[in-house]
Amino acid sequence: MPDSAHPISVTVNGERHEHVVLGRQLLVHYLREVLGLKGTHIGCDSGNCGACTVICDGKAIKSCMQLAVQADGREVETVESLSEPLGPPNALQASFNRHHALQCGYCTPGMLMSATALLTEQEAPGEDEVRRGLKGNICRCTGYVNIVRAVQDAAGTLPEQSA
Amino acid sequence: MSATRITTWRPPQTRPASVGRSVPRKEDGRLLKGQGTFADDVWMHRMGHVHFVRSPYAHARIVEIDVSKALALDGVYATLTGEEARQLTDRYTQIAPEPGGSAKDWCMAVEEARYQGEPVAAVLAESRELARDAAALVEVAYERLPHVLDAVQAAQEGQPLVHTEVGSNVGWHGVYDFGDVDWALERADHVVRIPRLHFHRFSSTPLECNAAVVNWDVGTGEVHVDSNNQMPQFAALFMAPALGVRTDQLRFSSQDIGGAFGLKLTSYTYLTALALLSRKAGRPAKWTEYRAEHLVGSCHGNERTFEEIEVPVMADGEILGFKAKAYDDVGAFMRYEPLGGVIFSQVLPGCYRFKHLQVDYRSVVTNKTPVGPNRGYSRLQHLWMVERIVDLVASELGFDPVELRKRNYIRREEFPYTTPNGCVYDSGDYHAMLDRALELVDAPRWRAAQASAAAEGSGKRIGIGIGSTLDSGTSNFGQARIINKNLPFSGNGEAAICRLDLQGEVSVALGTVPQGQSHETTTAQVVADVLGISPDEVLVRPGADSARNAYVAFSGTYASQFAVTGIGAALGAAQRVRDDLFTVAAAVLEATPEELVLIDGTISVDGDEDRALTFAEIANYVYANQGALPPEVADAVTLNHRHVYRAPFTVPDWKSKSGSLTLTYASQIHVCVVEVDDETGQTTILDYAAVDECGTPINPQVVEGQVHGAAAHGVAAALQETLEYDEDGQLLNGTFWDYHVVSAPDTPMFKTDNLPCPSPFTPTGSKGMGEGGGAPLHAVCSALQDALRGSGAVVTDSHNPTERVWRLVNEPVADGAARGVEVRSR
Repeated sequence: MPDSAHPISVTVNGERHEHVVLGRQLLVHYLREVLGLKGTHIGCDSGNCGACTVICDGKAIKSCMQLAVQADGREVETVESLSEPLGPPNALQASFNRHHALQCGYCTPGMLMSATALLTEQEAPGEDEVRRGLKGNICRCTGYVNIVRAVQDAAGTLPEQSA
Repeated sequence: MSATRITTWRPPQTRPASVGRSVPRKEDGRLLKGQGTFADDVWMHRMGHVHFVRSPYAHARIVEIDVSKALALDGVYATLTGEEARQLTDRYTQIAPEPGGSAKDWCMAVEEARYQGEPVAAVLAESRELARDAAALVEVAYERLPHVLDAVQAAQEGQPLVHTEVGSNVGWHGVYDFGDVDWALERADHVVRIPRLHFHRFSSTPLECNAAVVNWDVGTGEVHVDSNNQMPQFAALFMAPALGVRTDQLRFSSQDIGGAFGLKLTSYTYLTALALLSRKAGRPAKWTEYRAEHLVGSCHGNERTFEEIEVPVMADGEILGFKAKAYDDVGAFMRYEPLGGVIFSQVLPGCYRFKHLQVDYRSVVTNKTPVGPNRGYSRLQHLWMVERIVDLVASELGFDPVELRKRNYIRREEFPYTTPNGCVYDSGDYHAMLDRALELVDAPRWRAAQASAAAEGSGKRIGIGIGSTLDSGTSNFGQARIINKNLPFSGNGEAAICRLDLQGEVSVALGTVPQGQSHETTTAQVVADVLGISPDEVLVRPGADSARNAYVAFSGTYASQFAVTGIGAALGAAQRVRDDLFTVAAAVLEATPEELVLIDGTISVDGDEDRALTFAEIANYVYANQGALPPEVADAVTLNHRHVYRAPFTVPDWKSKSGSLTLTYASQIHVCVVEVDDETGQTTILDYAAVDECGTPINPQVVEGQVHGAAAHGVAAALQETLEYDEDGQLLNGTFWDYHVVSAPDTPMFKTDNLPCPSPFTPTGSKGMGEGGGAPLHAVCSALQDALRGSGAVVTDSHNPTERVWRLVNEPVADGAARGVEVRSR
């Protein structure tokens, strides 16, 4: 039923939305194109790269691997939820800036959402935990060094000499 | 009022320089909040979505294409076939001379499909999903043709031809011959022969695929290409004649680009097809490539096979040079090629004092995806061979690889160093960099660990490898004449516009097309220092737009040149604005320039603070109060300057294939420590150091970030990223499930250091950098070779996944040349 219509009700970044979506519509396309939340990106279409990572009911998920109808009744958070559009960055975003943890910025929203979920699940992840926690997010610019440092800094586990 | 036009007045420094500091990036604000605008974020009213139909075969005749079922669907706006493209456009200009230049290349397959994934038809429809469904209804009848996949084989007689009109698969052939290598081979104490080395095909796969919205406005004639193409004027060079439009009506724009690495340079074929669809349907045409399309249908890095390598070596370890045959596999179309056939020669002797060099180079077409200039383009393949040569000389003749390199490296006191083919290496200190890299990993500790692992029989072996490489930057486009003497190119340049706006605000527009290289930040640093303000006060307009008029023919971000060309342009433009500021201030304040000081956006008479003008007040005089200025001053200033930086080049000599081909030579020396598991072939990186040299760094943190990124690409290519075809010419790595992009757990915590040797040739002493020169490919192969010491096994491929390493460790080593290397000694 790819072209069948389904009503959904989904809470995105604290705001409740009701729409009728096609059965085949991906959650990432719903977020980007129906809600206009274009911070969530698409990099591989196959669940490998994590550019589309959002947090759904508290867990990091890949929004290109879910249909919009699957988000019915759920709470979704995207990168746009991390700080006010005109306000200062949150602590994790500020740490990414301080450590030069982004270059082209395409992977960044997904990376931030995976890191946000990781920091919620683990109190003080060390380097190995951060690397494992970000395994599902590909970055082609940074070689991950500064991303790992930024997340560790936000978690308070960055060794002093690399701060 | 005085009325002198001040030129290049340099006031004393009144605030700490911003250049040289790790200023936080200006780009980050929007990118961290998901507020960037990437190509797929652009939507236009009434636009349609495009889906391409692609050839399932490596080589096939297109018998018939029937689009009627697709067109019958409600909401399908238009279709386009290769045959229509042939009728509507001229074939693309070819860079190659005859014979390769006679290849016929359009934006889609005409009559024949020449690689799996080549677009044969396209559909424009009201939604992405409908376009895809409709494309599935396009019926194409194919008749399969014989194909050829290996460049060495394709270059022989009697093979299937990729382009019959060319008459050969060798699109270009040239011999680079400097010194007297045959004399050196006769005179040498040892000759090391390496029958074959293979540099594999891979891609740095930017995370953002190609994407564009193209709108052909038939009213104005403007074709607006809003895309992530990374070198728009290069694209225009091909598109404008093909489409029959003026270059100034091809408007290119982009804001944020999600990585490119050279692979978004040749997307003009797709942009052409979108333009045709837009004109046909009277609507904007939007296309966002799927990853599977990107892997099979955009472009790959160059694959290169080296054969018959011979290396003359003296008893004391002096390497006299080398001789080699190179077969560069460029895939089905030449497009950016055969530029690779000259670009490698920017670094012909690598980091070494080699005097006798001969490379017999062929650009060969095959039935595979066309190549594009992937990060480190054409130099990394060659430099990898050079480093394999040095390592194999060391291991075969019993030299220490560190001492052998130091024996042969160009020495610090020899810079500027002219290579046998006339290239001038500006500065460097390879010996100190190697020492520093060895120190960063604590090499003696690993040598001890290596010995104890071998003694214990632990089933694990440790190897320490070195990768010495060059990142040549700011190309002399005159080198194109070496592959085609009729190309009217030489020199290089870049444009920038600096403007003081109505209320004294400073903005800069760049001709470069950044893809993550922090141009907004580093440009602001340089301009801020010229104007005596903070980088925060400089607005560098994000992205690029040809409507800003800040471009020249070779504008763009590629070939490690921004720190020279882009910065040189911004610097010059800002200096012209500063001259205007002082001209107005001197006139209004009735002072001489020597009496004026510039502090925090205010020009005042030194020692008389009341006689002062802010930037805003000066702007007001120029824009809104001209009557109050002497006419000769009002006529002399604009506060809006376009400056073109011109790199100091002359035309290289196409006959001898020599000349100054690049302005700067950034260098990198990497040391890699690996552990190999004998039982599984698993290779683990235990330690890694990257020492780079790029002249005076503008922003050290940005430089380090580029080093990290290039290092990760190299490690990835060395161990896990490869693009391979089966015997039918089907790509085996068509998604990220099969193309194993490195993730966070795969990469080591690179240790880095930077040893600046300022370039004597550039505006700020900086060198272009960022491509990195593929050092990890050299270093990982070198470390594997070191881990195999004593076994006789030879690392002959740039790609060494677990299975290949297992075979090197566990399979019996062949005798003679079949082993991969042999030595003839006097």
